[in-house]
Amino acid sequence: MTLSDTATESAAESPADDAPPPDPNAVSVTLNGTTIIARKGELVIAAAERHGEYIPRFCYHDRMNPVGMCRMCLVEVDSGRGPQITVSCMVTVAPDMKIDTESATVKRMQEGVLELLLANHPLDCPVCDKGGECPLQDQTLAYGPGESRFVEEKRHYEKPVPISDLVFLDRERCILCDRCTRFADEVAGDAMIQFTSRGNNTQIATFPNEPFSSYFSGNTVQICPVGALTAQPYRFKARPWDLEQTESTCTTCAVGCRTVVQSSRNELLRYQGVDSDPVNWGWLCDRGRFNFEAINSDSRLAEPLVRTADGLVPTSWNAALSAAATLITDALAAGGAERIGVLGGARGTNEDAFAWARLAHDVIGSPNVYAQLGDGLPAGVLGLNRATIDDVASATTIVLLAPDLKEELPVLYLRVRDAVQNKRSKVIEFTPKPGGLTGQAWRSFGYEPGTQVGTVQQALADPVIAAQLAKGTVAIVAGRANLAETTAATVQALQALLAALPDAKVLPAFRRGNVVGALQLGMRPRPGGLDSRSTLMAAADGKIECLILVGCDPLADFPDTDLARRALAGARRIVAVDTFLTESSKHAHVVLAAAAYGEKSGTTTNLEGRVTTVSQQVTPHGTSRPDWMIATALSKLLGSDLGFTSVGEVTSAAARTVATYAGITTEALAQSPDGIVAEVPAGIDPINAVSSAVGRNSYDFRLVASRKLYDQAVGTAMSPSLAHLAVAATAHVHPLDIERAGVHVGSDVKLSSPKGSIIIRVEADETVVRGTVWVPFNQAGANVGELIDCTAVVTDLRIENL
Amino acid sequence: MSRLTDANIKLAKEIIGRYPRARSAIIPLLHLAQEQHGHITNAAIAHIGELVGATSAEVLGTCTFYEMFKMEPVGKYLVNICGTMSCALLGSDELMHRAEHTLGIKAGSTTADGLFTLEHAECQAACTEAPCLQVNYRHRYRVTPDQLDALIVDLRAGNLDGEIPPHGTVARVRQHIPAGRAVGAVAPEDATDPPVWLSTGPSINAKTPK
Repeated sequence: MTLSDTATESAAESPADDAPPPDPNAVSVTLNGTTIIARKGELVIAAAERHGEYIPRFCYHDRMNPVGMCRMCLVEVDSGRGPQITVSCMVTVAPDMKIDTESATVKRMQEGVLELLLANHPLDCPVCDKGGECPLQDQTLAYGPGESRFVEEKRHYEKPVPISDLVFLDRERCILCDRCTRFADEVAGDAMIQFTSRGNNTQIATFPNEPFSSYFSGNTVQICPVGALTAQPYRFKARPWDLEQTESTCTTCAVGCRTVVQSSRNELLRYQGVDSDPVNWGWLCDRGRFNFEAINSDSRLAEPLVRTADGLVPTSWNAALSAAATLITDALAAGGAERIGVLGGARGTNEDAFAWARLAHDVIGSPNVYAQLGDGLPAGVLGLNRATIDDVASATTIVLLAPDLKEELPVLYLRVRDAVQNKRSKVIEFTPKPGGLTGQAWRSFGYEPGTQVGTVQQALADPVIAAQLAKGTVAIVAGRANLAETTAATVQALQALLAALPDAKVLPAFRRGNVVGALQLGMRPRPGGLDSRSTLMAAADGKIECLILVGCDPLADFPDTDLARRALAGARRIVAVDTFLTESSKHAHVVLAAAAYGEKSGTTTNLEGRVTTVSQQVTPHGTSRPDWMIATALSKLLGSDLGFTSVGEVTSAAARTVATYAGITTEALAQSPDGIVAEVPAGIDPINAVSSAVGRNSYDFRLVASRKLYDQAVGTAMSPSLAHLAVAATAHVHPLDIERAGVHVGSDVKLSSPKGSIIIRVEADETVVRGTVWVPFNQAGANVGELIDCTAVVTDLRIENL
Repeated sequence: MSRLTDANIKLAKEIIGRYPRARSAIIPLLHLAQEQHGHITNAAIAHIGELVGATSAEVLGTCTFYEMFKMEPVGKYLVNICGTMSCALLGSDELMHRAEHTLGIKAGSTTADGLFTLEHAECQAACTEAPCLQVNYRHRYRVTPDQLDALIVDLRAGNLDGEIPPHGTVARVRQHIPAGRAVGAVAPEDATDPPVWLSTGPSINAKTPK
């Protein structure tokens, strides 16, 4: 270092008093001759990209650890000892580092790497599914040598081998970048694909008979930089240049992952994840990624139906809407607005929910409106000090009082898992059925339904746990872990947690796509109104003159199947708005065909209250219409005009009407692709202190019922690629309990509750809490809903041999 | 069944206990599985995965990386003839031809009686003793074709059983780390004490006084 250098440096170190202090995280480096300010610890490849210098790469992915496998990102780095060739994804910036990404040496290296990568990679891009959107193809064109010195025969492997039911592997195309295997191990935690063998024989493989059956397998196809991995629902269906696309938000569950919806010839063909920093980091679950098949299904309702002597028959919209309006008018005449119930709205957009809330509350005048279907927690949970997903994933301690996130909110599971894996957070889990995050948990408490409060209090009394909770921020994820009990014990446990941790934030683990948006925009009871359970009970007692189901299938989704059945039989008139003729809508007198996801525009609200856009990419199936349009048309027929002529008007009306949605306009959302978080509006009842004393009775076991990712829901059941991934319902019992009950694994037994009984196969499952029986909800075969009484605090069970 | 036997499970757990992270024991456990069956079966791989908390695919990946882990059955005696420079100059080709002729098999295959598997090998680190070969990784130096024939006769007759154990046997004397000398299952980043081998105390190799 020369004297003048030192002088300059000391001058820089003692800036004038009014200058801001130097950022301790700023690192000044030279990139291609220009000085840039990188961040401390930033990789050279990332710093360069942030400053507009894209360094070609195959293996590097900014959401996974760098491995330096592909060597494509070689650059020249001079750290004071002269230029050296270095992989830029493995080197962090250092003060005064000189980086050259364009030198003649770098160019030669890039040509060399590509020549070697192409030594075995087939040059048959025209028949490859990745052709046209292939990083290898693009970078060969941009950085390759143009020709190869290799004349030898290329390596050959058996053409595509299935590595799971959804993903195919063509090993000839694989360039061994380690992206899919890293994703499986680091991100998804399902390390069921691995490099096997060595040297020239290295290939990706699964263990024999253990396929890559990850809920997240589709992401490997998206991040594969070549055409080695293809997904069953899309492979060879379209060429990338024929695809049209629009950015949207997945509404399969309430996480609200950002997606790109792609179509060709007016048919949805593929969803790709978009990297939204506060939400999904580019990942999607397979259910959300592949359930577009259901939207393309031939079984969709193409036109409205009206019940005649011959059953439900297709009719015109005019006839159907008039019939629906007549049913509502008749109901009003027969019993007044209190005898009309409106359930649903959680599967549509904010606009759908808002328009339906206006119709239900203001036009019809019914107070009985609810978006939840007896399978969530009281809406008051939304009104607690709400956490965002980022709050949860950066909390010192994450308390889970929630269903298995891997099954119900898969991408939230990825975010929590990442927080644990990268040692940011410790997880304390309270669950009636250990699941996806149990292995990640610092402490996991399996409890018997009804005993949550005691379990939570006992945990809080543990000095080690108390010390951990006192260490920093705490985020609680609260949801309905067991459909076979009322919400009482869970709400009490949540209150116990909040009493001990008043600063803790709460993320509601509500499941259905836009349930938070629907609740916030008015799909909730007015004072004195009934929630879904009370509405169904009133219907079962013959006290509901008209039941309106807005994208809602109580027979499949309401935990108490018997009540749902009696309600549909007892309601005098039923109007259903649905995309499919479901078991519930088959009972309707009028069925209005609704446009599905991808067929309508609008906005949606995820579980943290984040409002993002949902975009239309294809025309609605048949003559089906968006829910908001149906609500508007019905209002007109009922004599009051909601005044909506376009979806944008509904968005604006919602922003004007609901205080916390003020400013959330189409224009504002266009400026913020990551969405805008809407606070919870006033007027949602707080959660009440409830008591739930549960005594033991003569029944031996207690029922736990919860959902798997793949179940009989229409989105899964109507997607051929996903439908067969749903398992048949079996009763999961701890092996020692199986012995105690005197039954045999694999045999059919009778499960009886005070409510009813079902015949079901027994399966041994060591993860099940002793004394409980776990049965997946809404699966083929035995229907566990027959055992559930929605008024009983818990569901006790007896297991008997047939 | 080709999972680990009860005795080997006990041993496996002891081996796993030597490492701060269970999956560090994958390679020693693969050796153990190979010792039990002479080769490594899929069932053994799945079993090792269960023992160390890795997926079967991860164990498979490690196993297939190493040439000395055999995924297919091999003979009781695995004969590796070195073909690298020194041995090649001093007649390893001739040695291989003789081996193929005497055993009646080509390199890379196993005799019908399941006794011998013949393999080409790269340098066995005994260039001063060329040409050399290994039987179950036990060296034989400066082997002439006639000596090779004699060796095969001896192996068949069981004359060398004391010297050359069946394929897969790594060592017939088990390593046991005395409790006082065990490093203990502490990950390097969590360690606070200096490494145990830097501390004073009885050597691992110290003989028990009579």
